[in-house]
Amino acid sequence: MSGPAQTRGPLVTNEVVGAYHRLTIAAPGVADAAAPGQFVAVAVGGPTSAQLLRRCFSLHAVSAEDGGRLAVVVAAKGAGTQWLTALRPGDLVDVVAPLGRPFPLPDEPCACVLVGGGYGSAPLFWLAEVLRARGCRVEMILGAGSADRLYGVEEAGRVADAVHVTTDDGSLGRRGWVSEVLPEVIERTGARYAYACGPMGMLAAVTEVATAHEATAYVAVEESMACGIGVCMTCVLPVRRDDGVTAMVRSCVDGPVFRGDQVRWDAYADGVCRVPADALGAPRPGGH
Amino acid sequence: MADLTTRLGSVTLPNPILTASGCAANGRELHHFVDLTGLGAFVTKTVMADPRAGRPTPRMAETPSGMLNSIGLQGPGIAAFLDHDLTWLASVGARVIVSIAGNTAAEFATVARALAAHPAFGCVVGVEINISCPNVANRGLVFACDAVSSREVITLVTAELPPQTPTFAKLTPDVTDIVAIADAALDAGARGLTLINTLLGIVIDTDRMRPQLAGVTGGLSGPAIRPVAVRAIWQVYAAMLEDRLPTVPILGVGGVRTGRDALELLAAGAAAVQVGTATFNDPSAPGRVRDELDAALDERGFTSVGEVVGLAHERKVRL
Repeated sequence: MSGPAQTRGPLVTNEVVGAYHRLTIAAPGVADAAAPGQFVAVAVGGPTSAQLLRRCFSLHAVSAEDGGRLAVVVAAKGAGTQWLTALRPGDLVDVVAPLGRPFPLPDEPCACVLVGGGYGSAPLFWLAEVLRARGCRVEMILGAGSADRLYGVEEAGRVADAVHVTTDDGSLGRRGWVSEVLPEVIERTGARYAYACGPMGMLAAVTEVATAHEATAYVAVEESMACGIGVCMTCVLPVRRDDGVTAMVRSCVDGPVFRGDQVRWDAYADGVCRVPADALGAPRPGGH
Repeated sequence: MADLTTRLGSVTLPNPILTASGCAANGRELHHFVDLTGLGAFVTKTVMADPRAGRPTPRMAETPSGMLNSIGLQGPGIAAFLDHDLTWLASVGARVIVSIAGNTAAEFATVARALAAHPAFGCVVGVEINISCPNVANRGLVFACDAVSSREVITLVTAELPPQTPTFAKLTPDVTDIVAIADAALDAGARGLTLINTLLGIVIDTDRMRPQLAGVTGGLSGPAIRPVAVRAIWQVYAAMLEDRLPTVPILGVGGVRTGRDALELLAAGAAAVQVGTATFNDPSAPGRVRDELDAALDERGFTSVGEVVGLAHERKVRL
């Protein structure tokens, strides 16, 4: 692998999909190097933009057309993403990709369950195709607050062996959370791996259920990033390393995919992630 | 093609564009986007004696033409830094300015001593003494806010380093009189100055109606602070011209995004310029700024960097 590269390529398509936009961008050289679970960092607002921080999106799909294209799913919730989703085909987009570590894949065919919260499902369709090509049975669970916040229910039907949908308000599928459906799916399929992408609370719940069923959870975390390439140190989270020591690691280069049972979910509360007292280099009494 | 070389005391750099501490990690990640050996020097993330986890998250908030960060000097500690990071930087041929800090003046000295004793010290072209990080728990004790504390740290650090090693005291603009702090740092033995560190700021999340950063305060950086950097460099360089301060090299830093911006800091009196937050926006920024500066000098008919350092003081209209 040659590492990430910075490209400026034209937007190819901009489609509205439910509450989201699916953007396809020409990014030569990226398609060959990328794998599901990796992400891209996109500059917003043009070369003189007052919004300096890149917006990071998991890779939804890649293709070899025109030397390489990538697709991302964007929710236009702030000024930066509104700028991005207002682009028209032909407009240039500055992209750094592919970034981060992909989802680890099973060594041999087995059952897998893929869990997506909201548009966190974006990388899971590509992952489902890769897993099925390796002979795995794939079931998907897609959840969101309401039907319009789900992404890719139809696409899931094309790439997975079975699809389960939950919404908090019951507007589509079963009323409730993905973690309420997950035990039944793991028990029935004998799934050995649960792959998840979405809000941190959902990832913690998926990890808990998977671990209780002796399945391994791989979760792609959503920490806010300034650079995406490993230099700013804003996107850290406490992860228990293989040697048992908890360290504050960068989700952009050490993740975004982590084994769920290694993430210190106990550090998260009320929108803040604290540094666990037993973490490497944690503040001593009296503070740093 | 202007002559881009610049002199920092005993050291001559091939060009005046450097990375800024904390905006480029320790080089490996950025090397994918910028050939580090083509920069004037690489400035490392501040290193302290022991491993340090930093502050809780969220650590970052975007602001108009800038950002707040509240990293809290996360780092591996000096031993791992030397064996892992500095050794790698030396192996690729980078010229390195190492940024150091401590909770106490004695810790600064411990870090400097370990650095000077390490086999990779040969790649070090300077040491930046970070006495002005705002993201520390006892931020009332930021050394650079107090002339007596600044003096103690710098005296101890310079005693640990070979006499020819350029040392740069990094100062905050959040003081009443930056010239007085610069005076204390230089009197204590610093052989140069880095101007400026971030400015202390707060962002309130108006959905939750609470501070957005878990650590409440953060350091403001980016193009929004460039005029503050230019002002600080201007004031200190003016004091040197008036013999109120000894003449030493200034590393200018604050909001540089383009070659034109770098030229502005040089004209105010900086001998070299660090590119910081712009790297988050454009990972190729340090190399791009160097090339744009070269073109900006050509366009204006200048043949060397030396001609423009402090030039705005000469050309100021006398009223």
